[in-house]
Amino acid sequence: MGTARSEKIAGWVIRGATYSIVFVIASIIGTIVWNGVPAISWEFLTAMPRNSGAQGGILPAIAGTLLLVAGTVAIALPLGMATAIYLSEYAKAGRFTRAIRLAIVTLAGVPSIVFGLFGLGLFVIFLQFGASLIAGCLTLACMILPTIIVASEEALRAVPKGFREGSLALGATKWQTIRRNVLPYSVGGMLTGSILGIGRAAGETAPILLTVAAFYLPRLPKSIFDQVMALPYHLYILVTQHPEADKVRPMAYGTALVLIVLVLGVNLAAILSRIHIRRKYRW
Amino acid sequence: MVEVQTKQAKDTEVKIQVKKLDFYYGDSQALFEISMNIPARQVTALIGPSGCGKSTFLRALNRMNDIIDGAKTQGQVLIDSKDIYQRDTDIVELRKRVGMVFQKSNPFPKSIFDNVAYGPRIHGVKDREELSEIVEKSLVRSALWNEVKDRLYKNAMDLSGGQQQRLCIARALAVEPEILLMDEPASALDPQSTARIEDLIDELVKDYTIVIVTHNMQQAARVSHLTAFLYEGYLIEMGPTKQIFTKPGRKKTEDYITGRFG
Repeated sequence: MGTARSEKIAGWVIRGATYSIVFVIASIIGTIVWNGVPAISWEFLTAMPRNSGAQGGILPAIAGTLLLVAGTVAIALPLGMATAIYLSEYAKAGRFTRAIRLAIVTLAGVPSIVFGLFGLGLFVIFLQFGASLIAGCLTLACMILPTIIVASEEALRAVPKGFREGSLALGATKWQTIRRNVLPYSVGGMLTGSILGIGRAAGETAPILLTVAAFYLPRLPKSIFDQVMALPYHLYILVTQHPEADKVRPMAYGTALVLIVLVLGVNLAAILSRIHIRRKYRW
Repeated sequence: MVEVQTKQAKDTEVKIQVKKLDFYYGDSQALFEISMNIPARQVTALIGPSGCGKSTFLRALNRMNDIIDGAKTQGQVLIDSKDIYQRDTDIVELRKRVGMVFQKSNPFPKSIFDNVAYGPRIHGVKDREELSEIVEKSLVRSALWNEVKDRLYKNAMDLSGGQQQRLCIARALAVEPEILLMDEPASALDPQSTARIEDLIDELVKDYTIVIVTHNMQQAARVSHLTAFLYEGYLIEMGPTKQIFTKPGRKKTEDYITGRFG
């Protein structure tokens, strides 16, 4: 086989692979938009569900998912960032640090339903939070911690050593140096890297299934110990559990569309804030 | 031989006295029993081939080596007769007194003003007027004021290489040190910017004790009163710059200065 010929074939295979991915993404989004848009209305977005989700809106599910994401981020981001700062700025290389890193990598590989089970055992039953917003947020936080830690460590490593040395040489303490001359430049990168985790927190069903999600709860939560509805679980129910699954299909697509828009919205916000920070601090 | 006009070394008080300094990176020893007296308000140049330990030695003087994992220092470094390696040494206070300028200029990605004000702010100066005064004074001293006074709030990263290095000098001066350590401050600069830095050193030495590491023999000859030649972690010879460059006492020094190796 001639080189020119194999060159051509390789080119087509590679291009074909790329096109097929674009095709898959386009058809997923296309299907959801096509089938979901007719279901979207003011009522759909702002009303309580009626008739076990066959009519009315999905407000509690939207609110539930937003609250879950916000709570998860509020727990996981500081915890993950602190861990990353410890690992990359303070910890000395050694067996202990290696063990921590191994634990983080392992955590990243745990299936999400196992996190759900863990959350059920620890937060819902042992700590007696019951199926609640707080239990769900804590469970999701555990799940996305590895992503946030790894992303934050990378962002910290991207800050040149000279910034740290220059600050220390002026008599700054280690924490002053990190606080004033490392963190401000790495927060953008930390956020961007954490988007993946945050998106996952919004979309996962398994961890919330056992810890927070309500099957049908047509009201908004009043405290962090209340159960909530959530978009991914609501979608699952409409598609597979609803007695009139065929009739509520448009509602299901509408729910999927809202979920996708929400996740993209979160990503967009993080990207914009990164651009803002990059523009402010560049080197 | 390098033909140069050298400065006259004067007899002044000793500012830094190093006694039998050993330094290790983990198991490998980088400095061996170095002893030297560094006089106040003069320029002491450290020369020697790459890897001879001159930067390591410089960083021993403000304990910047402490931040390296596995670093170990033995011996004494007395500044104004007080050993900085004693257990009760306040490192923050030490680094305030002993400023440092790095080889690669490292302005922070902030405004020119915030760069110079960084040190004073760390040390608790909050008053805006006082900060402005310090910033102006420091930039004047580092001969940068006239070039930047109209754009103090612009990003320091937009300055040229030579200006960045003078900014780093201003930043070091803003915490009012007594000693300035310079680690090849001009190695990345063009000849014109280098000349400006050297003029600045001439000017600063009236008030500060300066220790400078340099690769450039002409530069050592031009700016320093005293020169110390280090080789493979040992101090081979130290003396008035004129003497080191015209009548070196040791064969190794002569070989290095005449360019036979290095």
